[in-house]
Amino acid sequence: MPRLSAWFVRAALLYLALGLTLGMLLLWNKGVLISPSIWQLLPAHIEFLLLGWTVQLALGVAFWILPRWQTQRGDVRPAWVAFVLLNFGIWCVVLTPWLTLPYWVLSLGRSCEAVAAAAFALHAWPRVKPWVESN
Amino acid sequence: MPPITRLFIKTALACLVLALLAGVLITIRPLTTAVPYVGALAPVYFHLFMVGWVTQLIVGVAYWMFPKFSKQQPRGHDGLAWATYWLLNIGLLLRVLAEPLQAVNPQPGWGWAIVAAALLQWLGGLAFVANTWPRVKVK
Repeated sequence: MPRLSAWFVRAALLYLALGLTLGMLLLWNKGVLISPSIWQLLPAHIEFLLLGWTVQLALGVAFWILPRWQTQRGDVRPAWVAFVLLNFGIWCVVLTPWLTLPYWVLSLGRSCEAVAAAAFALHAWPRVKPWVESN
Repeated sequence: MPPITRLFIKTALACLVLALLAGVLITIRPLTTAVPYVGALAPVYFHLFMVGWVTQLIVGVAYWMFPKFSKQQPRGHDGLAWATYWLLNIGLLLRVLAEPLQAVNPQPGWGWAIVAAALLQWLGGLAFVANTWPRVKVK
């Protein structure tokens, strides 16, 4: 798979491990109480698994398998921008409540995630084409 | 498609049906008040969908389609793949049973069953990550 897909997929696997670890603590706490404050991990659990795992894996695999032009994937720069912004955004969203950061950091994180989606769409849009087309 | 992939995908499809069925049940007001277990199905609905359907489908297809680990072991360690399947699904089933029961009638037994469900699903996920990580290769 291409280098960027490998980055996306490895990051997705790390988020899966992180998200499941938080999920395990949350569910354990539901069955047998460890600490009431564990419930505060819920937003991070959701963020890691929805954006970090499923969305990021989908983007990585899409970058790998969507139709190409001969061997070329077109302008890959927006896809790299998407990778950086998505991951920056996830950590802004997760760390804001944990470190009691200013609320604008949460907005910045969500904005980065939205721009990442738009950047990836910009890259992928022309690659969504009939497979018989050769150029 | 390898046998374990077929098993993952068929189980994922069954989970999708069960999740959406749970989604229907929790919208029927007289039922949720008459049967407290049904009223406590919301987390089960969501996790049958996200773990049983979305994640399990990804796991099955990734095992099948990702780059080969080696010529001798193209799909990595089969033991880890089987461990992923059983740990994930036994954990999920245990959760489906125990979590609503604990919500409507808290008992230490249900509580520890939920802890076991949490650990089993977590270990299943880690087994998948461990088996898939070396197959993510740049070509």
